[in-house]
Amino acid sequence: MCCLTDTVKITTDVDSLRSEIRDKSVRVIDVRREADYKQDHIPTAVNLPLANLLSDDSPERVLKLVNSMGIDDETPVVVYDDTFGALASRVAWTLEYLGHSDVTLLDSTYSHWKSLGLENDSTVPEIQSKEHSMKLKPDILATSDYLETAKTRDDVILIDNRERLNFLEQHIPGAISLPYRTLASNDKILRSKEDMKRLLDNRGVTGDSEIITYCGSVGTLSGLAYYALKSAGLPNAKLYVRSFKEWKNLQKPTEKQEDANYWDLSAE
Amino acid sequence: MTISDLKQSPPDSVKSKINWSRIEEADDFANTVKLFRQGKYDQASFRRYRLQHGAYGTRMTGDYAMVRIKLPAGEIYPDQIEKISQLSEQYSIASAHFSTRENIQLHWVILEDVSEIFRGLAQVGLTSREACGNSVRNVMCSPLSGVCPDEEFDATPYALATARFFLRNPMAQNLPRKFKFNFTCCEKHGMVRMVDVGLIPQIREIDGTAQKGFKIFLGGGLGNRSFVGHQLEEFTPEDDLLYTSIAVMRIFDRMGDRKNLARNRMRYLVNDMGWDKFQNLVFKERAVVRVTQSVITQLKVDHTPDVIKRPIQISDENGGETIPDGYARWLKTNTVKQTQEGYRSVFLTLEAGDITASQLRGLADVIRNFSSEGKGRSGFSQNIALRYVHEDDLTRLYSKLLENGLAKSGALTMTAPIGCSGTTSCNLALTNSHRLAKEIQRKFLELKLDEDDDLGDSSIKISGCPNSCGQHGIATLGFFGGGGRVGKDMYANYQMSIGGRSDGDTMLGQTLIRVPAKRVIPVILKIIEIFKANKKSDDTLKSWINRVVNGNEDSEIKSIADIKKTLEPLIIPPTMDEDPDFYLDYGSDSSYHTKTGKGECAA
Repeated sequence: MCCLTDTVKITTDVDSLRSEIRDKSVRVIDVRREADYKQDHIPTAVNLPLANLLSDDSPERVLKLVNSMGIDDETPVVVYDDTFGALASRVAWTLEYLGHSDVTLLDSTYSHWKSLGLENDSTVPEIQSKEHSMKLKPDILATSDYLETAKTRDDVILIDNRERLNFLEQHIPGAISLPYRTLASNDKILRSKEDMKRLLDNRGVTGDSEIITYCGSVGTLSGLAYYALKSAGLPNAKLYVRSFKEWKNLQKPTEKQEDANYWDLSAE
Repeated sequence: MTISDLKQSPPDSVKSKINWSRIEEADDFANTVKLFRQGKYDQASFRRYRLQHGAYGTRMTGDYAMVRIKLPAGEIYPDQIEKISQLSEQYSIASAHFSTRENIQLHWVILEDVSEIFRGLAQVGLTSREACGNSVRNVMCSPLSGVCPDEEFDATPYALATARFFLRNPMAQNLPRKFKFNFTCCEKHGMVRMVDVGLIPQIREIDGTAQKGFKIFLGGGLGNRSFVGHQLEEFTPEDDLLYTSIAVMRIFDRMGDRKNLARNRMRYLVNDMGWDKFQNLVFKERAVVRVTQSVITQLKVDHTPDVIKRPIQISDENGGETIPDGYARWLKTNTVKQTQEGYRSVFLTLEAGDITASQLRGLADVIRNFSSEGKGRSGFSQNIALRYVHEDDLTRLYSKLLENGLAKSGALTMTAPIGCSGTTSCNLALTNSHRLAKEIQRKFLELKLDEDDDLGDSSIKISGCPNSCGQHGIATLGFFGGGGRVGKDMYANYQMSIGGRSDGDTMLGQTLIRVPAKRVIPVILKIIEIFKANKKSDDTLKSWINRVVNGNEDSEIKSIADIKKTLEPLIIPPTMDEDPDFYLDYGSDSSYHTKTGKGECAA
């Protein structure tokens, strides 16, 4: 069992996706805005704008969406976006939470796909609805209550994926800072497994710990981090999906870097 | 081959000929940090190691470092700029900072991530090795070397060769204190009399043949106590450049004050010993070096000329020759004509040296598309220049810079003040000098002071403490930070000096008056006002102040004391009730108090 995690597939590369599309063996989800999707997209892709999902991401609603996209328990799903994988990650995580096991991220962005001159079209595919089961996976979700108790444990690492300045200004006590930009390499949404492992190992993020990720508001940046951790062979990750926005609204304690005017060093 | 293997071919890009990096230093640093965290190194030896690799401490925390990336001779290439942009987003605050010594700094880096930055830098041939610590710091060269109308020859290859010789050289790993070389183009652009070793290129006719060499200045430097350097001899031929450098460093290494950390820069040694004695020692030591060094101990000066090739302009989208707003002002205050007919050097106005990650990407692009030498040169005042821009391309360059938020005017005027990092990241800082520099710039550009020819050759430089990283001592108007007090209430307060300069007539500024942070802008404006009222027709602020501080002015304002008198009403502190804002430093919304940690300089 121990080696199983090493073989978990997190991303799908461009060549594999193209052949899976040819074989009609995959459901591709484009999470960009509807207008962008309508202009052009990867052939056969269906559109699920992230905003649409977030308007109500209760399991019941998600189940309906999944069914309407023609996804059953066995359908391999590949998700892509045009940011840097963060929006796609949030959608993929939601499917995983619902109990869908075969979901991966396109390893680059749609812009990159197009820059390679690969096929795209504007056809909206006709989808036959399917029946997916609901087997929620609560062990990949962290709620604020869970986080509050968990973070006092020695074997729990809390990771903040917002930009460094935001972290310095305010963060959940005990969190470490790993800005989302750190996760990518030049044209891939995630750096190579070896690079990721070295980075995390330097920071003391190792396989024995339970790791909880969070970001600013809806769990996108931290969703990408969730997959980054899994790609580095760290299976015990959870996403605090309501993230810092909820934490602050609940008026839970925060921490800041004192006695330094770091904002004035930024050229923004 | 699959399609995803196909890479887009990047536009023509000039790359650095020199690889300054060693990838193995990244692994070594990562391992050393781990051992340090496990308690296997003590604080002091780890700090020395960290500094030797260019990672400086950060204000009030041991968790973060500042990585100082060296740009030898100020040269930086487009791929290097793009890499630094990426590293700043990954490991820093998504901004980078051009320093006064031709380094680029990444601040607020987690100590455990420093080795990842080294790894990234190695991909583009850059290093931060010996950018801090008791070593030979980045070797500077004038951003105009090679294009300056007043220079005798281009010192850049000599600066690069000197940097190469001393980087990782065993003789430069444990000096009594840091050691700095500045090469320049000419007397006017200067910066050679306020550094350990300063060099101006010179050509001499010897026995009917022209010989290259240098005017060398030794023992200058800015700091808690500043000194102006001394000229070693009339002319130092190029063959003696390395021997002289080694000789000076050997004397410093042997005789420098290793016990008294606060005064062990070479300038103190020169001052304590007296110049004549030091000069003699250098001559003797150089004679020894000449006969004892192996013939292979040489500077590898690469004289291959750079390829100058005007980038092909792919399309001119708007077709017409519309000149964007602000172009004339920018052209006047940000560009200089080169020796080379038809070309200009263009300086970018940054705010106290700061530039965002996306601006860096824009900059790399602009260099590729507009600089005929295909690289940038960082300058003496927290900025960067693009050189060899064809005059016909200037309007289009300006439009591109506008798109990237890099087209502000005033780069070569008093409206681009220097501000050290201050309380934004430095342990020793007492005030937010960095933000003050930005506030002055914003206000003065709004007042269009950059267009005022009388102010063009003056400078404003601000340090957050007496240690002179902001180089206040050589500013026309210089400031260093401290605290003031009314009863129990404290406020940020600057010591102001005037008349400093770093050209052929280098002198240190004379103490004028203490100015509260929130009164600095009105005080400068008042000085401009009295200058305008008393100036002679061809005076600049710099020349007028020069006469005042040297006692040669015959108008109503005859001395520093006279200027001080006119300023005194402006600096009277209001009570807390009258003006609570007075008691807040720039960039802060809580009451001012001085707070410092341990310095890193003398580690």
